[in-house]
Amino acid sequence: MHSSTPASGITEMAPPLIVPVKSSGRGAARNALWLLWQDKSAFVSAILLALVLGAAIIGPWLLADQARAVNLMARNAAPFSLSKGWLFFLGADALGRSLLARIIVASQNTIVIAGSAVLLSMHVGGVLGLIAGYKEGWIGAILLRMADAIMSFPSMLLAVIVLFVFSPGIENVIFVLAVSRIPIFLRTVRAEVLEIKERMFVTAARAMGAKTERVLFRHIAPMVMPTVINLAALEVAFVMLVESGLSFLGIGIQPPEVTWGLMVADGRNYLGSAWWLSFWPGVAIMMVTIALNLLSNWLRLVTDPVERWRFQTVAGAK
Amino acid sequence: MSEQSLLQIRNLSIDFPSRAGTVHAVADVSWSVGRGETLAILGESGSGKSVSASAVLDLVDTPPAVIANGEILYRGRDLLKATRGERRAINGRKISMIFQDPLAALNPVYPVGWQIAETLRVHGVDKATAHARVIDLLKKVGIDDPERRAKQYPHQFSGGQRQRIMIASAIALEPELLIADEPTSALDVTVQAQVLALLKELQAESGMGIVLITHDLAVVEKVADRVIVMQAGRVVEAGTATEIMNSPQHPYTRRLLDAMPGRHGFATELSASDGNVLLEVDKVSRIYGIEPGKIAEAGPKAIRAVDEASFTLRGGETLGIVGESGSGKSTLARMLLGLDHPTAGTIRFDGKDLNGMSAADTFKVRRRMQFVFQDPTASLNPRMTIEQIVSEPWAIHSDVLPKREWRAKAVDLLERVGLKADHIDRHPHQFSGGQRQRIAIARALALQPEVIVCDEAVSALDVSIQAQVIDLLKQLRSDLGLSYIFIAHDLALVRDFATDVIVMYRGQIVEQGHTQEVYSNPKHDYTKRLLIASMAHIPKAA
Amino acid sequence: MGSFICKRSFQSLISLIVLVMLVFFLARLTGSPADLYLPQDASAAVRHDFNEQMGFNDPLYVQFVGFMVGLLHLDMGQSLQFSRPALDVVLQAFPTTLMLAAVTMPLVLLISIVTGSLAAYKPGGIFDRLASFISLLGAATPNFWVAIVGVLVFAVTLRLLPTSGTGTPLHWVLPVAVLTLRPTGVLVQVVRTSMMTALSAAYIKTARAKGVSSRAIVFVHALRNGLLPVITVASDQAAGIVNGAVIVETVFGFPGIGKLMIDSVLLRDFTVIQAAVLVTALAVFVINILVDITYALVDPRIRYN
Repeated sequence: MHSSTPASGITEMAPPLIVPVKSSGRGAARNALWLLWQDKSAFVSAILLALVLGAAIIGPWLLADQARAVNLMARNAAPFSLSKGWLFFLGADALGRSLLARIIVASQNTIVIAGSAVLLSMHVGGVLGLIAGYKEGWIGAILLRMADAIMSFPSMLLAVIVLFVFSPGIENVIFVLAVSRIPIFLRTVRAEVLEIKERMFVTAARAMGAKTERVLFRHIAPMVMPTVINLAALEVAFVMLVESGLSFLGIGIQPPEVTWGLMVADGRNYLGSAWWLSFWPGVAIMMVTIALNLLSNWLRLVTDPVERWRFQTVAGAK
Repeated sequence: MSEQSLLQIRNLSIDFPSRAGTVHAVADVSWSVGRGETLAILGESGSGKSVSASAVLDLVDTPPAVIANGEILYRGRDLLKATRGERRAINGRKISMIFQDPLAALNPVYPVGWQIAETLRVHGVDKATAHARVIDLLKKVGIDDPERRAKQYPHQFSGGQRQRIMIASAIALEPELLIADEPTSALDVTVQAQVLALLKELQAESGMGIVLITHDLAVVEKVADRVIVMQAGRVVEAGTATEIMNSPQHPYTRRLLDAMPGRHGFATELSASDGNVLLEVDKVSRIYGIEPGKIAEAGPKAIRAVDEASFTLRGGETLGIVGESGSGKSTLARMLLGLDHPTAGTIRFDGKDLNGMSAADTFKVRRRMQFVFQDPTASLNPRMTIEQIVSEPWAIHSDVLPKREWRAKAVDLLERVGLKADHIDRHPHQFSGGQRQRIAIARALALQPEVIVCDEAVSALDVSIQAQVIDLLKQLRSDLGLSYIFIAHDLALVRDFATDVIVMYRGQIVEQGHTQEVYSNPKHDYTKRLLIASMAHIPKAA
Repeated sequence: MGSFICKRSFQSLISLIVLVMLVFFLARLTGSPADLYLPQDASAAVRHDFNEQMGFNDPLYVQFVGFMVGLLHLDMGQSLQFSRPALDVVLQAFPTTLMLAAVTMPLVLLISIVTGSLAAYKPGGIFDRLASFISLLGAATPNFWVAIVGVLVFAVTLRLLPTSGTGTPLHWVLPVAVLTLRPTGVLVQVVRTSMMTALSAAYIKTARAKGVSSRAIVFVHALRNGLLPVITVASDQAAGIVNGAVIVETVFGFPGIGKLMIDSVLLRDFTVIQAAVLVTALAVFVINILVDITYALVDPRIRYN
């Protein structure tokens, strides 16, 4: 009679399953995918971002001609009509160019600008923040004051001056945006470092005789990474918005180069007659921004081993 | 169950369903408490000891928890069937509760007087009456100058005072029942005794019932009338306090009693005075607020964290350093570890002055002196695997062991401290507190040190786990001939482990000698107080 | 507290000097004003006279010293485009921007604190999901896009609101609405996170054990504890608006300081750029001091010494 206890009854009382967290190669990739699948909104976001990334890489190569082809017959053609072919499903602009093709082609500049600006400010700001947090003396003070100066400099003004002096080419736009975002990373990383360096395991490493580089890069930096990655995702979204604002003011990227922001700006004159000109690129900006926000929430959870473990044990036995 | 029971829990079951399987936090638990009676719920962490009591005050969140079965009868009425509003009217007025960590349990941004008055105001007392009552209550729980102190904030009080304030708030409306969840665990030993005495006094005065949730058998022995012992959500034993302490029936209760620190005689078998002097601490002071080397100029503002401490540690010796918070024992430990430097005095290791050493020499000394910290959760990097953690000493001291041997040696060490080889790829959070401390010990052994400094190394652990970790340390001592400096806040803990003991009080060493001598013939007043507070931990029948 | 403000002022002074130097030299990189203010065919002599009169012929460091000396007398030079003292021009535009910030920020704080707190009270509930989604949308929408769509819908199509200008209170509705959007979206999420932390604290359990009502638990016990991160983020947002809500000012024809700065760069009106940056930087400094004082008021554990 006693032996009839169902096996599941035993596993229920067993301590939570231990999932191997670190496994190499294919296992790790599958694990990541599985974790992504558990959060549906992050999953959808990831797919959307993958599509946008794909469009940014191969879009210009496939559709550059269509995006440039002037077609006076299709001037301001309304959306949702397939009569001129699928490229005109979202309508056409004042020169009769396919909006869909232009959005796809513009994704490249948009992503490259936002992505590289954030990568740049993340690395510079991150390293400076590590130093400013760990070395509290005059080095830290100087770094902080410089960050303050940049922060209190109206970012639009900085952009206008730099882009006015130098040509508003892609590199300069990236440079301006990167510089204006460095203080965010610096301050965030510094604040984290200030807290983490007081933790016991850092003390333990120091008591073992670990040198500053080891403490900083083996112990503190990995702890800061989730915050930085999370911030970076949000910053990409923010920088996209700022870039589109610059284009809107006419001081960003100049035609014939094109970004989503520039498309929105160009369409404003036709708002009354052809709303779709600035509507679709606006939607594109919004969707990517939301996707990045959702994905960053997910990233924050899974880059923390403790959170990830909870995630796995809770979701694992679904 | 007596007729005049104030509160009666009947067959209560509370589950926490998670997708990895349901945890039965409380399984078919029954207990009751009457007027003027003290019931102790005894158990270790994870035993579910506080869940059933929390449910009385509707503090168990559903979801995630599910109250699967049972009744909570207050004066015969089932609280589980009452509305939220009805239960709120009982909370604080008829039944109130105090918690383990009074600093966390008091709202940091409101004055304590406001917080005590809040209990009165939510139950309809007007503002002026409430204010007068707050002053009375503060006086009653032993806070001096209540008018002024009522306006202060929790961070301006000591731990013991905070718990007194919590008590004042809890008894404000003269409740019939007080639930105290580990009320003294976060306090120093001597303060614990005072707070328990206060509770007893208040009970005698008002006749309230007390439910005392604790992991500490000494607390049970001092104040409980009846005891229930919980393990894994179930009541494994129930009886009067005397029955449980003197003739425990259930094997778990017996194990708990056996694990109480200081029950196994003195560590006299290790007479190690013949060993070489390893560590020599000579008139070491650490004074905050003055320039190093200008000790003579120390004004009244200077804080003497450690004041002219001297002692020696010989090979094979285990030196216990005992003191409460603020005694300077942690500052001393930091100086031994090289994380802080003496304002005056010298620390010599193997005859060499640690302070006057070159960086390279200090680096070498560090190998011979390792450490284990209090909180194993905090002292292990959560992002590293166990392999990385245990191998870190070799990564820092790169000439000790070639990299290809790290993994095999790490497995050796894990097995030596009672863990398994396949634990090596996991992360710290996948282990229990006791296991984590074993990992920290394995890391400390990696460089084959001669001395290990244990800074409150077992204080954060459950009693039975404490005993296991100390057994491990003893084992290592005899296997490897290690010396320990074992820092603790409680004399009982070092009684059967340390060969010699130092008692610190307000930065000074007030007592020092062989453990047995200090125990049998304490000289300083403070040592005597400490002994009285902790001797209760050692049942006479042991 | 007094000594703390002194210390902060000193730190800010350093940042301010760095900032002033930055602006001074950056502005001069944009080119010679003579190209803009003189006729295309102006002779070299005329150009020389113009530059001489404006001091542009002196070496840069001489110009800088002159600028700093003038600064000590609160003289920031003449505006080229308006032919009036630059400081007057700036102080005329600044109130409009300040007013925008003063109307927007209380609105942002009110909406986000109430919404974020309620969302945090029942995480994962319907209200939380809805609030999270809408706030995300608010934070993700380019505000010039909302601005022009707003003009199209409410001013052009529905004819409910004026398209631009500052005459009546109605003129303020669209600009304030647009400015509120993104900060609110961001702040709701900040409030939600910090309130969730505050609501899981031990003192919340104490309050429940005392019989305190849910509303008082959220808005009395948790809120004050959860406010610190909110204040930090909100102050950054406020500083952003004070630094010039360029886009909103441009779309709605608001004569604020953001628009003035951009126009002045395009017109190489150096004195106005310098004056504008100084004034906004001072305003941001005042905001930061206010924030520090608010910290100490909210959390008694914070003492500045």
